[in-house]
Amino acid sequence: MKRRVNYNEYIFNTINVTIMILFSITMLYPFWNTIAVSFNEAIDTIRGGITLMPRRFTLQNYRIVFSNGTIFHAFLVSVARTTLNVLTNVFFTAMIAYVLSRPNFIFRKQFTVILVVSMYINAGLIPTYFLIKNLHLLNTFWVYVIPSMVSAFNFLVIRTFLRNIPESIIESVRIDGGTDFIIFFKIILPLSKPVLATVALFVAVGAWNSWFDTLIYASSKVNLHTLQYKLMEFLQSSQAQSRSAGDIGSMALSKTSNMVTPVSIRAAITVIAATPIIIVYPFIQRYFVIGMNLGGVKE
Amino acid sequence: MQNGSNRQERYVKLKKLNNTLVSQKQMLIMSVPIILYVILFSYVPLWGWTMAFQNFRPSKSFFQQEWVGLKWFKFLFSDPVFLRTIRNTLAMSIINTSLGFITAIGFALLLNEIKSVAFKRITQTISYLPHFLSWVIVTGLVATMLSVEDGAVNNVLLAIGVIKEPVLWLSEPKYFWGVIGATYVWKELGWNTIIYLAAMAGVDPTLYEAAEIDGCGRWRKMWYITLPSIKPTIIILLVLSIGHILDAGFEMQYLLRNGLVQDVSDTIDIYVLLFGLQRSNYSLATAAGLFKNVVNMTLIFLANELVKRTGEERLI
Repeated sequence: MKRRVNYNEYIFNTINVTIMILFSITMLYPFWNTIAVSFNEAIDTIRGGITLMPRRFTLQNYRIVFSNGTIFHAFLVSVARTTLNVLTNVFFTAMIAYVLSRPNFIFRKQFTVILVVSMYINAGLIPTYFLIKNLHLLNTFWVYVIPSMVSAFNFLVIRTFLRNIPESIIESVRIDGGTDFIIFFKIILPLSKPVLATVALFVAVGAWNSWFDTLIYASSKVNLHTLQYKLMEFLQSSQAQSRSAGDIGSMALSKTSNMVTPVSIRAAITVIAATPIIIVYPFIQRYFVIGMNLGGVKE
Repeated sequence: MQNGSNRQERYVKLKKLNNTLVSQKQMLIMSVPIILYVILFSYVPLWGWTMAFQNFRPSKSFFQQEWVGLKWFKFLFSDPVFLRTIRNTLAMSIINTSLGFITAIGFALLLNEIKSVAFKRITQTISYLPHFLSWVIVTGLVATMLSVEDGAVNNVLLAIGVIKEPVLWLSEPKYFWGVIGATYVWKELGWNTIIYLAAMAGVDPTLYEAAEIDGCGRWRKMWYITLPSIKPTIIILLVLSIGHILDAGFEMQYLLRNGLVQDVSDTIDIYVLLFGLQRSNYSLATAAGLFKNVVNMTLIFLANELVKRTGEERLI
């Protein structure tokens, strides 16, 4: 009897671990394969059969991508918008979270409702497009920054954290003559570093990954294209050859060198576009676990 | 006399209000511009819904626009193309949601049974990763894996003899919804399991011990203890997902669609984009978007109320 139970346990564990390993391979292989292709000689890749390791190792694909002006420029645009999104969103969201966490603030209820309800309402693509147009933000760099300076969801996250800061700290500063500006800059911002870091990471991931705002607000200005948008153009051009935008892009690239193919370039851009995410990923995970613990969930 | 004391009261009140405003001057400076900003970007565009009831011409002012009543809505609901996008949206939304639920619960149950902490953590880490990659990257990887020339999926299926020749996964309409469902699961599976794993971590270990004494094996413990204990979480998430029945996801379909599959790939959001921004029929596109957003907001509101009624929102 005892032996049978152990035997069943053994079979169960083996099957379970096998499923998990197969699952992990499914998750990792597509990306691993792309990395291998990106480091393989373009002409050699056409022969097929690249799986886990590059057959003929080269840095040529990356050299071409970075020597191509438009791609490098798109990389810079992505870096610039991500930086500004993080700085503005974290700063302004923290500021409104501080004010609306003060129990005595006169418009606390009204302002909180306005912010929270804004999460649920959505005017839709066309009305928003006309707002952006009327504000003269179309085809300007600021269309990436100005519409996303405050986030209602991040406001809730930060406010929850601020509620745990002891009121006595704030009061003692106020008694010493500290104004709200001083309290916010000298007390609140330094004390809420952990939550601000979490919010900053999530804003950064969202900003780095976005491409749709480029498509609708800035697609006609090539010097405003982000890296994700460029990658999108390449992918679309390889799926349907008729799409002109991407073809121009790949022609521009193939002029640089005849040693290059769209497949290899795509792989290299994919790796470049994903690398920042992979780099911050361990931090996201760490803060994620902290967030779960703050929420009172046992690990 | 009565009047005088009223006036005095009002004066005291105003004076008090004034004092509060002055003493909170800095908080007002910090908050009022931000709230005005939120009103500008979230509430002012609602005014644009009027376009759905006009023959909107961008060159004309609001007072010069021609009002057409429900013309565009009547057109939409007799337009086979739009009705098809509703069908596609509902179909893909239901497929993605049910696949998402089943795989996430199943995966969380299996992961919960892994004894080695290190192995569990590594698997979890790998499973969250795709959630943080952009849809552009993910659909690019999917297209590479499903490719007819040397795509991994076709290669594996050919090798084990399931298919005789490579399948055109991305250009045959009958596969499209399945491809979208699989893509969604691949990207979000790990992320979707987090909340279930958290709920499972809270199960009283003595329940398992009692079950063991009664002779229950792993499967029975999973079925009779773990699953019932996460039932409230499952129900709440299901109710909340009703609120998003018209959100089938936009980026996946937009990035994976092509001319051959557009009859099954185009969702309401894609219809709005194509008619609104590419063909400049702003009124028609606004009407379609208005329909979707009003239904969506109503459902989200109802779903939230329903969850509040059950009193279990603390789980989310």
